[in-house]
Amino acid sequence: MDDREQSAISRRGVLVGGAATVAVTATPAADAQGVRPAPQPVTMPLTLEVNGKRRTIEVDTRTTLLDALREKLELTGTKKGCDHGQCGACTVLVDGKRINSCLTLAVMHQGDKVTTIEGLGTPDKLHPMQAAFVRHDGYQCGYCTPGQICSAVAVLGEIKAGVPSHVTADLTARPGPTNDEMRERMSGNICRCGAYSNILEAMADVAGVKA
Amino acid sequence: MRPFTYERATKPADAAAAAVRNPGAKFIAGGTNLLDLMKLEIEVPRHLIDVNGLGLDTIQPTAEGGLRIGALVTNTDLAADQRVRRDYGVLSRAIVAGASGQLRNKATTAGNLLQRTRCPYFYDTNQACNKRRPGSGCAAIGGYSRQLAVIGSSSACIATYPGDMAVAMRALDAAVETVAPNGAVRTIPIADFHRLPGDTPHIETALAPGELIIAVTLPRPLGGTHVYRKVRDRASYAFALVSVAAVIQRDGSGRVAVGGIAHKPWRVEAAERRLAEGSKVVAATLLAGAKPTQDNAFKVPLVERTLAAALHDARNMA
Ligand SMILES: Cc1cc2nc3c(=O)[nH]c(=O)nc-3n(C[C@H](O)[C@H](O)[C@H](O)COP(=O)(O)OP(=O)(O)OC[C@H]3O[C@@H](n4cnc5c(N)ncnc54)[C@H](O)[C@@H]3O)c2cc1C
Ligand code: SF4
Repeated sequence: MDDREQSAISRRGVLVGGAATVAVTATPAADAQGVRPAPQPVTMPLTLEVNGKRRTIEVDTRTTLLDALREKLELTGTKKGCDHGQCGACTVLVDGKRINSCLTLAVMHQGDKVTTIEGLGTPDKLHPMQAAFVRHDGYQCGYCTPGQICSAVAVLGEIKAGVPSHVTADLTARPGPTNDEMRERMSGNICRCGAYSNILEAMADVAGVKA
Repeated sequence: MRPFTYERATKPADAAAAAVRNPGAKFIAGGTNLLDLMKLEIEVPRHLIDVNGLGLDTIQPTAEGGLRIGALVTNTDLAADQRVRRDYGVLSRAIVAGASGQLRNKATTAGNLLQRTRCPYFYDTNQACNKRRPGSGCAAIGGYSRQLAVIGSSSACIATYPGDMAVAMRALDAAVETVAPNGAVRTIPIADFHRLPGDTPHIETALAPGELIIAVTLPRPLGGTHVYRKVRDRASYAFALVSVAAVIQRDGSGRVAVGGIAHKPWRVEAAERRLAEGSKVVAATLLAGAKPTQDNAFKVPLVERTLAAALHDARNMA
């Protein structure tokens, strides 16, 4: 069986395997040295809801959600910083929760609702957090800003929902939108221009507290 | 990243069976550790089995009065669970001391237990590393070893287990429930789950090939005061240099487990029996036989001080 036939079978196996556990992917035969040939790239169809719109695309299984958004769906607001979950520039909301879109595969999001910076607000109808970032100068170069804003929106939601953080003094009490809480919860978003204090002011403004 | 095929599993036993049927298969849960390593081609699975659809994402009370945490419960949901916050505070504390909000929203209970070391030479594919490539040597020995192990290491590997959650689980005597490819279910005490490196640092846990974690169980609550102290290079979003999980009772007895110093969460029951004698004695017993390097010798006094701080916190909170 040559590689091409092999990959066609694999692809079909994966497609059929969408709903249930069926591992019909064949195993490539080992060569004389017992080394199996590298698998060929595999693509899969994927439907997700991005910023309220149903989108269907065909992706290589290796595609991260970040690359699918930027390269396939042309939503370049979400930024690629470190690509290893360390900087937070790629933060988006999936089913309302903030995640690093660089450390998740697009194919793992079949049917999910994704919100990117483009979906939070538009230039003439800004999300309150976007407006607050403008008002408080919560950026300089702007590269980390889409991730900061998505994260900031989610942080206020997490505090409201009572999710504890490293600085929550009493685990059995509800946390509030204090400076310490917001700072700690934003630690997954790095800003190399150092706009942190203005980001905090923007968040405090939206939370209705004094930074 | 190397190409791979992908399937979504719907039943735990089927996922385990699929893992042995497909050579080079790996489970993927949150993906926050596996994908990171796949991008660097440190992990090169040929087939991924997505376990997010297994329905293992709830926390249930057990007949013994403890909790059974599904393997796919996220770190955020586990740390925020009211029962965990009330009865197993050390676990909530350890989880929120790790990674970032975004990562904890994706990271799962099983994936967190199985996160791999942060040894810089393990990450650098140009370097010798017995864990990444068995038999290639260990560039960390004689290299830059500030973050690495001070105890339980071997002449093959001096890496640490980097996680926080498992340190608290070790103090709580949690147990890991698994299903094998043949459908057999077993329970592994957390003390036996992570292994010391020995001559086979690439074998990190007691799991057999294809064995899937389905849950982590916590015994009935211990009571006492729960503390997790983590010392790191910055105040948030960094791995531990040293961490201490402590559950201390009113009479001063209790349990302590230490992170950041060994290939597994480090707990020595004989050291706990000497808690009344103070942190110096406990630390000395915990670290008996320690072999720090020049770079990480600071961890030895740091364990004692972190322990002292944790015991101080426990007294103040009681
Ligand atoms: C920038 C950064 C900072 C971090 N900081 C910290 C920190 O300070 N403290 C800390 O503790 N952690 C930290 N982490 C690590 C993080 O906690 C782990 O990446 C996460 O917990 C892994 O969980 P996951 O579900 O995403 O695992 P995955 O990446 O999906 O899987 C990890 C491993 O577990 C296997 N696996 C997954 N589920 C199962 C199952 N049910 N049965 C058997 N095998 C399974 C996979 O095959 C894989 O080998 C950090 C990570 C990053 C990227
Ligand atoms: S300490 Fe372990 S992980 Fe690090 S280089 Fe040596 S063998 Fe590899």
